[in-house]
Amino acid sequence: MTRCLTALCLILALPAFAGGEIWVTNEKDDTISVIDIDSMEVTRTIPTGERPRGITFSHDYSRVYICASDSDSVQVMDPDTGKILHDLPSGEDPEQFILHPDDRHLWIANEDDAVTTVVDVDSRTVIAQINVGIEPEGMAVNKAGTIVVTTSETTNMAHWIDAATHKIIANTLVDSRPRHAEFVKDDTELWVSSEIGGTVTVFGTESKEERARITFAIQGVHPDRIQPVGFEFTPDGKTAFVALGPANHVAVINAETYEVEEYILTGRRVWHMAFSPDHSQLFTTNGISGDVTVIDVASRKPLKSIKVGRFPWGAAMRPGAS
Amino acid sequence: MRLAIASLLLGLWAGSAPALELGVTWLHRVVPPPPVLSNLDPVPEDLGRAGAELGLRDNRTTGQFLGHSYGLSESDVPEGGDILAVARDALAQSPFLIVDAPAADLLAIADLPEAQGALIFNAAAPETALRSGDCRANLLHTLPSRAMLADALMQGLASKRWTDLALITGPRDADHAWAEAMKASAAKFRLRARGEAVWDEAADMRRNASQEVPLFTQGFRDHDVLLIADEAHDFARYIAYNTWLPRPVAGSAGMMPAAWSRVVEQWGAAQLQSRFEELAGRPMQDRDYAAWAAFRALGEAVTRTGSADPAELRAYMLGDDFELAGFKGSPLSFRPWNGQLRQPIPLVTDQAVVAVAPMEGFLHQGNELDTLGLDRPDSACTQFD
Repeated sequence: MTRCLTALCLILALPAFAGGEIWVTNEKDDTISVIDIDSMEVTRTIPTGERPRGITFSHDYSRVYICASDSDSVQVMDPDTGKILHDLPSGEDPEQFILHPDDRHLWIANEDDAVTTVVDVDSRTVIAQINVGIEPEGMAVNKAGTIVVTTSETTNMAHWIDAATHKIIANTLVDSRPRHAEFVKDDTELWVSSEIGGTVTVFGTESKEERARITFAIQGVHPDRIQPVGFEFTPDGKTAFVALGPANHVAVINAETYEVEEYILTGRRVWHMAFSPDHSQLFTTNGISGDVTVIDVASRKPLKSIKVGRFPWGAAMRPGAS
Repeated sequence: MRLAIASLLLGLWAGSAPALELGVTWLHRVVPPPPVLSNLDPVPEDLGRAGAELGLRDNRTTGQFLGHSYGLSESDVPEGGDILAVARDALAQSPFLIVDAPAADLLAIADLPEAQGALIFNAAAPETALRSGDCRANLLHTLPSRAMLADALMQGLASKRWTDLALITGPRDADHAWAEAMKASAAKFRLRARGEAVWDEAADMRRNASQEVPLFTQGFRDHDVLLIADEAHDFARYIAYNTWLPRPVAGSAGMMPAAWSRVVEQWGAAQLQSRFEELAGRPMQDRDYAAWAAFRALGEAVTRTGSADPAELRAYMLGDDFELAGFKGSPLSFRPWNGQLRQPIPLVTDQAVVAVAPMEGFLHQGNELDTLGLDRPDSACTQFD
């Protein structure tokens, strides 16, 4: 009886421990779908500016920043009320951004303008614009906050920018159409996904030289359809999950050996992803099927599909009130 | 290899002295478009050229980070003008040409002694023979051949199980060539011919289509789709909704295979479209796309090899490592047996993409893009061996 009760307590306690929400931008609906992680259901649909893509929260989760690409602005929203507090100047066609560790500077990729824009979210002013390659998209910043990377889709480069001086310090070539970048393993490595090239390139941060190039192969899927885009690392830095676009799978990579260990089936054209607060679940946005796949991280199995809006693109986690 | 083409460079290249310079000539034979009934879609004067200019811009943006500089010089040769003299001058400056000219001009240029060792891109001639018996080792093709376009269309029809086809062919040579390509492809994909006729109506269809077209199409046996071969887009637009039987049209009206169209917006194409619109003030067309792809392919090869040597660039472009992100969902590459740029072919209406060939289920042992047009065994080209 006691054991039974304990088990019951655990079951009851688990959702409260996980809790939280996943916020998904719907590119073709001009909305955000808010998924409650406990119930795995959409609990709110919030209107945004035109063509929302990149989404991220301030460090205290009191504000959410949204790239409203076709409105040419970054919107700042109160996540409790869903009200737009104000717009930030963002440059033309903001697609993706990264919030600097100082919680104050947004680094924005302006896709149509070949520019990276730095915005001070407090003074709401543009601090700098940096010329980069054509169709900048992927944005990364290291934990130390000293280096920002922009990848440009048509120029096929990662541009390494000194965060203090706003000057480009290095340009490294990657395969075609780089989409997403992250500093990982305590800033020692930079990973960049190349959508058309079908690869992930790993750079040593210090040397800025290529350390590995990861390729993918899924039985029954044509190599051209394997198009790596968004990716996320487990907190221990040992495992990476890489969305493979129209291959409709997420690859699980051993980040120490750079070997692909497994492929997980998702909805169609899987784009970006976000972990639940306890990292036990991973939520992927599936652009074409208009849904989100929930993956159980431990078993590496898909648990559920959740219908959201049209062309879900970005995903960001908001922890529960606890 | 450094090319002394500073005088040809358009605009200014800002920065320190470039490590590598690559100049390209866009060589255009002015061919007046045939008269057509409708005034709605004039042929843009900068057709093709605007694509090359966008390619220049795109390459320059990349080049600025690598110390590579690009230039574009543009030559228009009037009807009857001596295109070979212009080509010789251009080749004396730079071995890279993007040519927008009829097939006969193209071959004469490729056969010039000065062109041996040069790298010439065909961005306007759809003749399938240029990718077969008439191929040249120094000639690459970024525009799809008629065979590629026809195969794309027939795959689309076959996958819909629209197997029975009637065909109206326009009076011009190009219309007959396009009709022959569609017929050959229909046979390849086992579709059935249910009648054909040559368009010889002199009446102004803007007033008469509802009287003339039902009579004209009444003689066809029952069919699923009515194909129209009318490359100048003269009469084809007046056929739909005026046919004897209620049937969709395809080919040169209705559902059309295209190298490029303003309706393509997936795979990041919206960005290419908006860059082009900003530059040219009009939507991008197929010959614009072919010229853009030619310059971008060169730029991509320069970026990856760090060379401006035509032989080295050609070898890289024809090799397995080359791939160009062409905003059509799959990486583009060159067929090493005839120099044709492999590419998906969208099937489009005026307002939307219907489907993109190769269609699912049309398989190939190497690359499914090679189900479109001349595969290695189909091509009589021996210049690339």
